[in-house]
Amino acid sequence: MTAISYLEAIREAIDEEMARDPDVFLLGADIGAAGGAFKVTDGLLARYGASRVIDTPLSEIAIVGAAAGAAHMGMRPVVELPALGSIANASDMLANYVATARYRAGLSCPMVVRGHAGGYGGGPFHVRSAEAGFVHVPGLKVVYPATAEDAKGLMKAAIRDDDCVLFFEHADLYGRIKGVMPAGDHVVPIGKARVAREGTDVSIITYAAALWKVVDAARELALLGISAEVLDLRTLAPLDDDAIEATVRKTHRALVVHEDTRTGGLAGEITARINERCFEWLDAPVLRVTAHDVPLPFARSLEDRVLPQTPDIVLAVKRLVSY
Amino acid sequence: MPPRDKAPVRAVARRGGVAPSAGLSREQKLELYYWMRLTRSLEERLVALSGEEKVVGELFRSLGQEADAVGSCFALERRDVMSPLARNLGAMLVKGATPVEVLRQYLGRADAPSRGRERNLRFGDLARGFIGQLSPLGDMVPVMAGVTLSFRLRGEDRVGLVFVGDGATSTGAFHEGINFAAVNKCPLVVVVENNGYAYSTPTSRQSLARQLVDKAAGYGVPGEQADGNDVLAVYDVARRAVDRARAGEGVTLIELLTYRRAGHAGHDDQSYVPSGEIDTWASENDPLDRFARVLSGREKVPAAELGAIDQRVQAEVEQATALAEASPLPDASDALSGIYADPPG
Repeated sequence: MTAISYLEAIREAIDEEMARDPDVFLLGADIGAAGGAFKVTDGLLARYGASRVIDTPLSEIAIVGAAAGAAHMGMRPVVELPALGSIANASDMLANYVATARYRAGLSCPMVVRGHAGGYGGGPFHVRSAEAGFVHVPGLKVVYPATAEDAKGLMKAAIRDDDCVLFFEHADLYGRIKGVMPAGDHVVPIGKARVAREGTDVSIITYAAALWKVVDAARELALLGISAEVLDLRTLAPLDDDAIEATVRKTHRALVVHEDTRTGGLAGEITARINERCFEWLDAPVLRVTAHDVPLPFARSLEDRVLPQTPDIVLAVKRLVSY
Repeated sequence: MPPRDKAPVRAVARRGGVAPSAGLSREQKLELYYWMRLTRSLEERLVALSGEEKVVGELFRSLGQEADAVGSCFALERRDVMSPLARNLGAMLVKGATPVEVLRQYLGRADAPSRGRERNLRFGDLARGFIGQLSPLGDMVPVMAGVTLSFRLRGEDRVGLVFVGDGATSTGAFHEGINFAAVNKCPLVVVVENNGYAYSTPTSRQSLARQLVDKAAGYGVPGEQADGNDVLAVYDVARRAVDRARAGEGVTLIELLTYRRAGHAGHDDQSYVPSGEIDTWASENDPLDRFARVLSGREKVPAAELGAIDQRVQAEVEQATALAEASPLPDASDALSGIYADPPG
C-alpha cells in the first residue's frame, strides 16, 4: 500500500463520495478549472462535469447560503472557502442561518464547509485559526483532522452527516503529512477523539497541526522518563467528553495545546470541562499551551514566537509532573 | 410623501400584448379577493389579541400591502417554493399556511409550527413550498438561490420566489445572492416589496438609485416594476417572471410599489412619517378597496357575493382563534432537543 498525503486523502474522500452519491456536488470560487486554491479539488471537474463542480462568484455569503438552500432540498453540497478571511465573511450565514435552521424551523442542512485555516507563513489572514468561534455556535459541527487517515475518514463522515460540518484543514499538513489509507469504505465517526499515543504520567489534549509538535514533545519526554498520553480530539464540536475524562482519570494531569490564540480558545473550554467532570482525579491544575493573543505575524521568526513550539510543551509538562 | 410616490409607476413592457391576468377566471379573481380579505381580517384579529396581551412579541402588519403578497404568490404552482417576509402573510396563506398556524405562532403555543421556538411568521413547510425568513434581512436571497439551483441541477420543473424589502436591497446578502442566482441561471424571482420605509428609514435614504428596479441591470437580469396595490398588475409581472424562470431564462427582479400604513411593528408610532401621508394612502389607495371596486364594476360581482366572502373569512378567523387559544404553551422539556439530526428530536 502506498501512502498518500493529507491533501490527497481529502480529495480521495470527496471523489469517493461524489461517485457514491449523485446528490453530492461542490461549490466554491476557483474550485473547477483551477482545482482550488491548494488543488484539493483538482481533476474533479474533468471527472464529474460543471454541474457537479460549480465555480462561483467571489461571494462567501451566497456560496454558503446557496449550499444551505440546496441542502434543504436534499442535496449534499461541499463548499470550499479558501481561507479564514472568507470563513469570517460567511459567519452570518453559518451562525445565524445554518446553525439555527434545524432547531427553529426543522430544516436540514446536510452540507460541508471546508478550507484551510491553519498554516504557516501566511500572515494575519490566510492562516489564522478560526475554529473556536464556530465551536461556540450551537448547531454546527466542527472537525479538524491532524492525520491523512482522519482527513479522509472524517471528510467521508462529514459529507454523509445530516447536519452542517465545518471541515478545517491545515495548510502545512497538506503535503507534509502522509498516511496509508485503510482498505474499503474508510469512515471516521464525528465526535470521537483518538488516543494518538498511550502514556501514564500526563495527558496532552490537542488537535490539528499541534498534534505533531505534541508527538515530538512526547518523544523528548520519554527520554526523560515521563510517559505522556496524547489525545487527538479530531472533532471539536461536539467534544468527546468521554475520551477527555478517560485520559485524565488515567494520568491525573492534563495539558491542553492548540495553535489557536489563548483567550476564548478551546483550551479554556476543555479545562472547564475537566474541572467539572474530573476535579477529584487531578493531581495538578490543568495547564494550556497556546498561541499568544496577537494577530499572526508573517515573518518566520515572529510567527515562531507567537505559536506554541515543542519546547513550550515539554516545559509545561515538566511543570505539571513536578507540581 | 416619499419621492417614489410622486413618480408615476413606470409602464411595464408587455410581451405579446395580453396581460396574464386576462386569463384569470371569475372564480380565480374572487379567490384573490378572499386571500386579501383573509390577510386583513386575520391581522385585525392579531391586533385585537395583541391588545389583550395574548400575542407574544411584536406584531408585524401588512396593512395596505395585501395585494403585493397575494398577487405575486398567486403566480406560483403548488410545487414551487416561496420565501416570505414578516409582511407577506398573504403570500403564505396562498401557499397553504393556515390561520390557526399563524395564530399559534403569534401566541407562542406548543403546537405552533415552530413549537414556540421562533416568532410571528417565521415558519415554513417544504411540502407546501414555503420557507420562513429570519432576522438578518436579505439572507433568504442566497438560500433561495440554492433552493432553485437544486431545481436546475436536478432538472425539476419548479421555480422559487423570494421577497425582500427596500431595506434589504442594501445588504451584502441581497447583492451576493441575486448575483449568484443570475450567474447560475437559477429559476428565481426576486420580489422587492418597496413600501417606502425600512423601519423609519425612507427608501430615499436607502439608495440613490432612481428606482430599485434599476438594480436589475447591474446583475444582467430583466427588471419589472408594478403598482403593488393593484393585485392584477402584481399577478401580471409575477406571472411573466415565473414563466421566464420556468422556461430556463433565469432570474427576474420585480419591484412592487406599495406603502406601509402600519408601523414597523407594534411599538412603532410612526412619528417620523409626514402628516397626512398614511391617511392619503388609506383613503385613496387601499388595495382591498381598489380590487373590490374592480370586482363590482368591471367584473359585475354582486355586493352580496363579496359580503359572503367577508363573512366566510370572519367565520374562519373565529374558528382558528378558538383553536389557537385552546392550544397549550410549550413544555420546557422541549427546549434542549433538536440541535442536531442525531439523536433525533
